[in-house]
Amino acid sequence: MKKLPPVDVVLVGFGWTGAIMAQELTDAGLQVLAIERGAWRDTPTHFPPTTAPDELRWYWRKEMFQSNARDTLTFRNNRDQVARPMRRWGSFLPGEGVGGGGVHWNGQTWRFLPSDFAAQSHNTARYGALPEGMTVQDYGVTYDELEPHYDRFDKLCGIGGKAGNLRGEIVEGGNPFEGPRSAEYPNPPMHMTFSQNQFIHAARQLGLKPFPGPSANLTRPYVNPLGAQLAPCSYCGFCEKYGCGNYSKASAQTTILPVLMRKPNFTLKVQNEVLSITRDNTGRRATGVTHIDLDGNRYEQPAELVILCAYPLSNARLMMLSGIGEVYNPATGEGLVGKNYCYQVMAAAQVFYDDKFTNGFVGAGALGAAVDEYNGDNFDHTGLGFIGGGYIANWTTNARPIETHRTPEGTPTWGSQWKAAVADNFLTSTTVGAHGASMAYATNALDLDPTYKDAYGQPLLRMTYDFTPNDRAMARFLSARATDIARLMGGREVKVVLRDGPYDSMPYQTTHNTGGTIMGTTPANSVVNRYLQSWDVPNLFVMGAGVFPQNAGYNPTATVAALTFWAAAAIRSQYLRNPGPLVQA
Amino acid sequence: MATGDWSRRHVLAFTIPATLAAAATPGLARTIRGHVPWTPGRVDSPYPFDGARFLTPQERRCVSAMVERLIPSDARGPGAREAGVIDFIDNQLAGFYGRGERWYMQGPFGPSTPEQGYQFEEPPAGFYRRGIAALDSACRERHGGRVFADLDAATQDSVLAAMEKGEFELPDGVPAKAFFGLVHENAIEGFFCDPLYGGNRDMVGWRLVGFPGARYDYRPYLDHNGQRVTLEPVGLKGGPAWTPR
Amino acid sequence: MRSLFLATAALAALSTAGLAQTTSYSQVERGRYIAATGNCQGCHTVPGEAPYSGGRPMPTPFGTIHAPNITFAERSGIGRWTKDDFWRAVHQGIRRDGQRLYPAFPYPHFTKMPRQDVDAVYDYLAALPRVEKESPPNSLPFPLSWRRLMAGWNLLYFTPGVYQPDPARSPEWNRGAYLVEGPGHCGACHTDKNLVGADRRSRHLQGGELDNWAAPDIRAGRNGGIAHWSDAEIVEYLKTGRNAHTAAVSIMSEVIEYSTQLMTEADLKAMAVYLRSLDSPARSAATKPAESVMTAGRAIYADNCSACHRADGTGVPRFFGPLAGSNKVRDPNPTTVIRILLEGARSVPTQARPTPLSMPSYAWKLTDAQIAAVASYVRASWGNDAPPVTEDTVRSLRQTLKETAAH
Repeated sequence: MKKLPPVDVVLVGFGWTGAIMAQELTDAGLQVLAIERGAWRDTPTHFPPTTAPDELRWYWRKEMFQSNARDTLTFRNNRDQVARPMRRWGSFLPGEGVGGGGVHWNGQTWRFLPSDFAAQSHNTARYGALPEGMTVQDYGVTYDELEPHYDRFDKLCGIGGKAGNLRGEIVEGGNPFEGPRSAEYPNPPMHMTFSQNQFIHAARQLGLKPFPGPSANLTRPYVNPLGAQLAPCSYCGFCEKYGCGNYSKASAQTTILPVLMRKPNFTLKVQNEVLSITRDNTGRRATGVTHIDLDGNRYEQPAELVILCAYPLSNARLMMLSGIGEVYNPATGEGLVGKNYCYQVMAAAQVFYDDKFTNGFVGAGALGAAVDEYNGDNFDHTGLGFIGGGYIANWTTNARPIETHRTPEGTPTWGSQWKAAVADNFLTSTTVGAHGASMAYATNALDLDPTYKDAYGQPLLRMTYDFTPNDRAMARFLSARATDIARLMGGREVKVVLRDGPYDSMPYQTTHNTGGTIMGTTPANSVVNRYLQSWDVPNLFVMGAGVFPQNAGYNPTATVAALTFWAAAAIRSQYLRNPGPLVQA
Repeated sequence: MATGDWSRRHVLAFTIPATLAAAATPGLARTIRGHVPWTPGRVDSPYPFDGARFLTPQERRCVSAMVERLIPSDARGPGAREAGVIDFIDNQLAGFYGRGERWYMQGPFGPSTPEQGYQFEEPPAGFYRRGIAALDSACRERHGGRVFADLDAATQDSVLAAMEKGEFELPDGVPAKAFFGLVHENAIEGFFCDPLYGGNRDMVGWRLVGFPGARYDYRPYLDHNGQRVTLEPVGLKGGPAWTPR
Repeated sequence: MRSLFLATAALAALSTAGLAQTTSYSQVERGRYIAATGNCQGCHTVPGEAPYSGGRPMPTPFGTIHAPNITFAERSGIGRWTKDDFWRAVHQGIRRDGQRLYPAFPYPHFTKMPRQDVDAVYDYLAALPRVEKESPPNSLPFPLSWRRLMAGWNLLYFTPGVYQPDPARSPEWNRGAYLVEGPGHCGACHTDKNLVGADRRSRHLQGGELDNWAAPDIRAGRNGGIAHWSDAEIVEYLKTGRNAHTAAVSIMSEVIEYSTQLMTEADLKAMAVYLRSLDSPARSAATKPAESVMTAGRAIYADNCSACHRADGTGVPRFFGPLAGSNKVRDPNPTTVIRILLEGARSVPTQARPTPLSMPSYAWKLTDAQIAAVASYVRASWGNDAPPVTEDTVRSLRQTLKETAAH
């Protein structure tokens, strides 16, 4: 194994969190090296408008995503089953390559509620003890602490939206339930289309307060605080699962890389996969990482600081492969790495019109209107049998014809009737979706698979996951609320879409995998402290949604980014002055 | 200035710096520093239909018959036959998709649940081959020696319906439901994909549903307010309107 | 943790280590600025290698010339040159050994620079790190390889002499004229050349062609290529690489990167004032493309181009260049338009505007006839009035670029 010259900081993975961290730490004067296992990719060469609108290639042939052939994970619903590898992606789509999943996200850019960060203490105080087996806990950081960092991310991306709570003042037209914002969104909301207008009208009839969905699809030409230019969205409907061809979706490529890549103290190494985090004899200090290139050459890369910036599932796996911390064992409750794996619980109602056209191809990843009355603890859960909730929204993200076929109740899945139903409803239907929280349970967890190996002979990650009683009660509740709105949207009929049965790893649901390297208040309940610093190895930090102790009823990206800015600020202002634990155990 | 004037390419000045192309960093460089890489003329372009086939003529007949029942040609217009779905599927099976090159195909293979997805030893091409043989053999047995393609449409439909429900037993351990599922998935891909890939010929799939294709700007239609937006579909490589005539 | 800040300290040291002990800091800084006004670094550096260490190939129709190493390396650079040697090279185009330089080195422009400015550049170069690196030999065929021929060329086309201000004009105009015609050597690209590579004076700054790029008309007075640009917009373009009318691509990118973005606003404004004093004759009407070509071009444009350049060709100012009124699009020479369609193009990243907004290549997607049609369409729409492009022209450029890339 070849030993490489040391650097100040090595970043494992180079998506949103890697780019933010690199920008912040190079600004602090450090020599930063990012190691990304996927390839370099950028707008004009890899996903320009000339190749981006290609549904078969990018989504169905999965060219945007992590290659299963090299590394995947194994899955089972519960511990009585034998986990089998996800031979191809289905339910979620981890990214790979420069920019990570941030290249193919929709751009729905939410903040969590203040109470989401204190899910355990808040809900216990209001509703009493949590149910048996539910392992929800507090983040260890508050909304108010994160607010300046949320604000930085909004401005970095040029988020379009309407504030509902400006420094404590409720503002008409925005989300009245959100935590106080220090500033209005940097750009106006997206241009609502017919479906959103119907949704807004229906929601108001129910006494709800609809507002435009916060969007990282740019609503006007924008120059961010770093000087990077983002162009206006053209509403082409190829956001989710696609790279944006005309610089109008915030990503590492559009917001940070133009500035970061020019810096002499930043180096990016692509197509190199990190295999382990190395430590000194004490085990309390990381000495760097080992990685391997496509030709099979192995390298030792010394560094003063190691920061995991890969996908949550990969961060958790790398901790396990490196033997840092104890892997969670649901049978005994011992161990923390892999604990509190959570997902996102979705429900929906579809609306079908006779003589109105929703023209879903006139869309964008974050073109939508939403209501937040049924999210988090914005409503009284007494007697409902669950905690948490979700927002309910009408997004017009696409009308991509292989993927999107809404058909009325009772339509067969093939043949002439199916064909006619697809043809009749393709342009005349829309979906009211609920995007719900996922509360941690002792039974849902990640560990290493005993059987299956990746291309380098290392164990695959094993996921044990099923929907929980909380999820099912919440999904039923949200589905009913979504249906209430859908019925007032003026359509011919409404179809309720509610997933029953066990969690299925194949149909696409959402790429919001959280937990496994959770943050918290003590080494007894978490892998990392409130600054995302490993309790066990203080010069190791772990970014990403893996640190969420449980998932809130919002899309995670803004919170992931805010936590990264927050951790970077702690490294710059505290850690560099006095390297060591930032929270005393 | 006459238009011919510029073409005196042999008469140029002594004054130019070379283009950056000459010394550009290759796009595949693994260590990148100091710049955002870019090379003129380079695009990660798609891999179009190339005519390669995997299926034998007999196998093609079987899959053709299946997809033509799944997406029939009927009063609503062209179906899988006119869209060239069989050409699409055959070409896909002959390529990286059929070989499962991007899938995790390491063993062991063993009993699995439906929630665990595809768990067959063969990649898609091999699974098709085994599935077709099993389907034809089961049909021969139950329908007087006739293979699937030789059955009448109504019988074919009943076989497919039974396969979809998992109520049609196939020999050689082939799970009928999973085989049906894969053909169904690929048929829909072939009916609605970009015509570049050999399916959706003449954009019949897109025309059926009103999808305008590989376009990238719908700002002029944001205020459609429930009125139909009608646009001629266009593929990645365009359409007839792109060529002067 | 002690090593954390070592790297930064080392970087800081590097940037001052090269300063000569005997020359004042301000003189070196002055030289740095003047060198920037001449874009010396652009030609004398292979991207990614040490600044001014030469070796950069410059393809000309007559063969390839390699820019020499002009660091003060003893053997391979100009470490043995005196200030007089350097002055003679810059002012007269004669090397230290008495041989004549080819005008790939733009001494017909640099001759306008005063001695004290040339000396300052010398002091600046002397303060740079010395890098021993031999440039590859030039590949000019006989008789062009015979440098003595240049004496005759010089007799016909070269007038040595420092810039003489026009007393009838303002100091600002004179400063601008000096920068444009002297160190800026804008005419090197933007003026059409005759058969032996000398400027056609009647076409001064009305556009030229080099290395398969058409450099557009940059006269900003009446009827000029940039007649619709304001002073402020010209300054913005030279400072940031883009303005409301266009974005810099290809060779102009380097001019902005190494030269104009480093210049003062006052100097850029002076250049603008001078350019805006240069009128042009009115253009004669161009032939219109055939209706079938316009129809196809309109369809290709709507499906491929309008997402960025907008249906009416107005683009997104400062992001995606407007095509309506663009001097690149309207250029009688369509080389740049065709080449950008074939290869794509990227806006130069600058300190002020670091995003390299880029257009993708259409070579894989459009046939020669289709590229000709869409190029003809944009050249004849929204008030543009440039002649149509033929399929043969596209085919020939596609072939040339393929051959160039293969080398």
